[in-house]
Amino acid sequence: MGQVSTHITPEVIQRHGLAEEEYGQILKHLGREPNMTELGIFSVMWSEHCSYKSSRVHLKRFPTEGERVVQGPGENAGAVDIGDGLSAVFKMESHNHPSFIEPFQGAATGVGGILRDIFTMGARPIALLDSLRFGELDLPKNRHLLKGVVSGISWYGNCIGVPTVGGEITFNDIYAKNPLVNVFCLGIVKTDELLLGRAGGVGNPVLYIGAKTGRDGIHGATMASDSFDDASEQKRPNVQVGDPFLEKLLLEACLEFLDQRLLVGIQDMGAAGLTSSSCEMASRAGTGIELELADVPRREPDMTPYELMLSESQERMLLVADAGKEEQVIAICRKWGIDAAVIGKVTDDGFVRIKEQGTVVAEIPAKALVDESPKYERPAKPPEYQDILQSLTIENLPDVQDAEDVLLRLLDSPTIASKAWVYRQYDHMVGIDTVVRPGSDAAVVRIKGTNKALAVTTDGNSRYCLLNPYVGGTLTVAEAARNLVCSGAQPIGVTDCLNFGNPERQDIMWQFVLAVEGIADACRTFGIPVVSGNVSLYNETNGLSIYPTPIIGMVGLIEPADRMLTQWFKKPGDRVILLGDTQEDLGGTEYLKVVHYREQGAPPWLNLETEKILHACMLRLAAEGLVQSAHDCSDGGLAVTLAESCFASQTARGKPLGATIRLDANDLRTDALLFGESPSRILLSASLEYVERVMAIAREHEVPAQEIGTVGEDRLTISVNEQPAIDMPIAALFEQWSQSLESKLSA
Amino acid sequence: MKWGVIVFPGSNCDRDCAHVLADVLDQDVNLIWHGDSSLGELDAVVLPGGFSYGDYLRTGAIAQLSPIMHAVQEFTRTGGLVLGICNGFQILLEAGLLPGAMLPNVGLSFICEDVRVKVENADTPFTRHYESGQVIRLPIAHAEGNYHTDPVTQAALQANAQIVFRYCRTDGTVTEQANPNGSLDNIAGIRNAAGNVLGLMPHPERCAEALLDNEDGQLLFRSMIDSVMSRQAEKPAAS
Repeated sequence: MGQVSTHITPEVIQRHGLAEEEYGQILKHLGREPNMTELGIFSVMWSEHCSYKSSRVHLKRFPTEGERVVQGPGENAGAVDIGDGLSAVFKMESHNHPSFIEPFQGAATGVGGILRDIFTMGARPIALLDSLRFGELDLPKNRHLLKGVVSGISWYGNCIGVPTVGGEITFNDIYAKNPLVNVFCLGIVKTDELLLGRAGGVGNPVLYIGAKTGRDGIHGATMASDSFDDASEQKRPNVQVGDPFLEKLLLEACLEFLDQRLLVGIQDMGAAGLTSSSCEMASRAGTGIELELADVPRREPDMTPYELMLSESQERMLLVADAGKEEQVIAICRKWGIDAAVIGKVTDDGFVRIKEQGTVVAEIPAKALVDESPKYERPAKPPEYQDILQSLTIENLPDVQDAEDVLLRLLDSPTIASKAWVYRQYDHMVGIDTVVRPGSDAAVVRIKGTNKALAVTTDGNSRYCLLNPYVGGTLTVAEAARNLVCSGAQPIGVTDCLNFGNPERQDIMWQFVLAVEGIADACRTFGIPVVSGNVSLYNETNGLSIYPTPIIGMVGLIEPADRMLTQWFKKPGDRVILLGDTQEDLGGTEYLKVVHYREQGAPPWLNLETEKILHACMLRLAAEGLVQSAHDCSDGGLAVTLAESCFASQTARGKPLGATIRLDANDLRTDALLFGESPSRILLSASLEYVERVMAIAREHEVPAQEIGTVGEDRLTISVNEQPAIDMPIAALFEQWSQSLESKLSA
Repeated sequence: MKWGVIVFPGSNCDRDCAHVLADVLDQDVNLIWHGDSSLGELDAVVLPGGFSYGDYLRTGAIAQLSPIMHAVQEFTRTGGLVLGICNGFQILLEAGLLPGAMLPNVGLSFICEDVRVKVENADTPFTRHYESGQVIRLPIAHAEGNYHTDPVTQAALQANAQIVFRYCRTDGTVTEQANPNGSLDNIAGIRNAAGNVLGLMPHPERCAEALLDNEDGQLLFRSMIDSVMSRQAEKPAAS
């Protein structure tokens, strides 16, 4: 959309992604025809990406309040009180569309964007996590996308000096033409210094700082609100280019402004750049804003107001300073070598007014762009294929014959295999807060100057969500919370990134509505508020949608910090205990996919109350220091969970340790026992002297618990009904698991 | 004692070094802006890790032109202790305070992990609390740690015991397999001929606390403290 015609025709309106009735609303808001600049502004602000027009009505279901909540949804990020006068600030965002078109810069600028969301709140970012989805690695294109995304994340995160401490990656061909890149960031702020994106104080100066504005990324937000076809790779010019060094300077400068209390409000110029930052700041504060475009630092000559307002050049921020303090802001920017200019002021008339050399080129009520943007309750109904998906007669599938072979195949599956190839490229230690590095259930970062640590995890299981979106939604939240309690952390807040297909399709909308309901019910039952989030729709190429993929990011508090737990066995002779019941839960499992090539069946039903009790029990065990290790039993079932607990942590004291396990199948199939994915289970190890106490606490909480074996030696031995099922050296299991990703990538 | 940690635009480990020195080792620490021209009264200087100037042009190439580097040069000439970690090492090479240069890692990717390092020379102000031949565990995090120099310099480094740390296996043997980045002769850290400047790629500040499961790096800072303290004890007190 480089050249802009001056006449607004139906074709121009359509090219801006606006529906006919939406254009009608624009006419009503303005009481006249918009000019091209105004149309451009409406089109990005009313895009799905910025306005959440299809999702807003449903997101209201999330519980967003709680004792610890300092800032709920609606700001740059959410904030939760962690005591000691500090708050944890966090959010997750998607950068799916750009990452498919240009994986390196797409992913890198995703990291840059989420970091800005955190430090605009006044928080210093201390941890990044990524949830990624790709097609299977047998296709060269998918390997290219994975490598590009990982090196983009690595480049940006390492350079700016924020550790990438965890995340998750799964592979499925449904993502081949719609890979997902969801980035989570956590920061810490003094609660009384928390800053919001508000243009307060009529007459206060509006400042622009950071990179100069160029023609890059114009209409990125509109692109992210559309489906793809084969020509989408032509949209490469819509992808922005990042500069992590500049962002590092911006980060330090912003933290200095906050330290000196120079600002009233601050907002990242992310999607829709200058447009969204100015409109949102004015709308939140109930004020207006007036900008003079001639004062905007720019990279190229002859940029039109349209281009200046819609550019998505990276590493830029819009600030509102206390009147009289603008010179101090500019001096700090000069010290850090970044551009800064006063480009406007806060007004009291509720309008966003854009001038060029004094002439008004756009004038729109801020509320029309933000609060009064369209919202839809789009029709939803289950797809016709849903019954077929859910039908699975397990009796027709043979039970496992060679459990050792199945275990090796599961450990080799890239979804389960070690991700060391990935996180070895991320600086996961800078900041020296990383107490538990990538590879355990959750990463743990200590909070300097306190006796506390935070555990962080991101989780998603799109296959469960495909088979039953509601149950999948509940399971996703449950798994994230379980990962935290297994690390000894009390969950205190949720952020989410909801990745779905085209909301104008009824089956996609049905998936969305039910998944949101599942997430909301689980968060409400567990008492964990949702404080921020992001929705990414139109993840569809050539009419094929991704599986519904809600990703949950969750933060938990550990106090004292040294009560944190990891998943790895610690000492020979320790007893292995399984909390929770194992049922015949084979629907939607990784086992069914890898061994029987089926993604079918009903996912395990999650009893929310059972899960909640399990968390309470686990936290009690951690608080009393009774267990040596705890591992969430999920992908790949009990056998994979056991193998993972045998592998060592990558720290100084980590040593691989085997285990001898005796299981009683009762009436269960062996595959369900070993590889089924019943939820609400945790695998523990504890010193012999504490076993009785562990069992007593489990009984007290009415959590089923069985002692199933002993840690030791260098083999994993599992017998079922006293018949040997698995008896393999840990070294062989480890090799399969640790080499899988690298060998598939070098194919 | 008084430490200075230099802050270049893009330094990332400045606050980490300051934390270990001030909060773990109870030292007096100043963060010194790269644009300053004086270090003030200091006993030791740290050039921290990070991506000074975004690693644009070449790692350390722009930072070595910062005004503060004149003061660091002068501090070095007068025998002050200078420690360069990771990007700080790269800056010391670019500034000519240590011999040699860095190439991109042989595997061409960034590597962040714990490695085993052998203390080749425990008779330096930086390593006196280690034993010669001791194998320690330190984290690395870099894309350009492939140390390189010409054969003459290499021979001199060897002859003057300037090679302080080498990448090795758990048992202390120095092998190609134990070399994470392809560096010449498995070099992880070197000192200057005068012995008061040390550069190393691994991060001792990342393993100086029990909570982080490894304290092997703390001894490097303790060595420096004791070296300065004992040197001050030898000098007559200023009147």
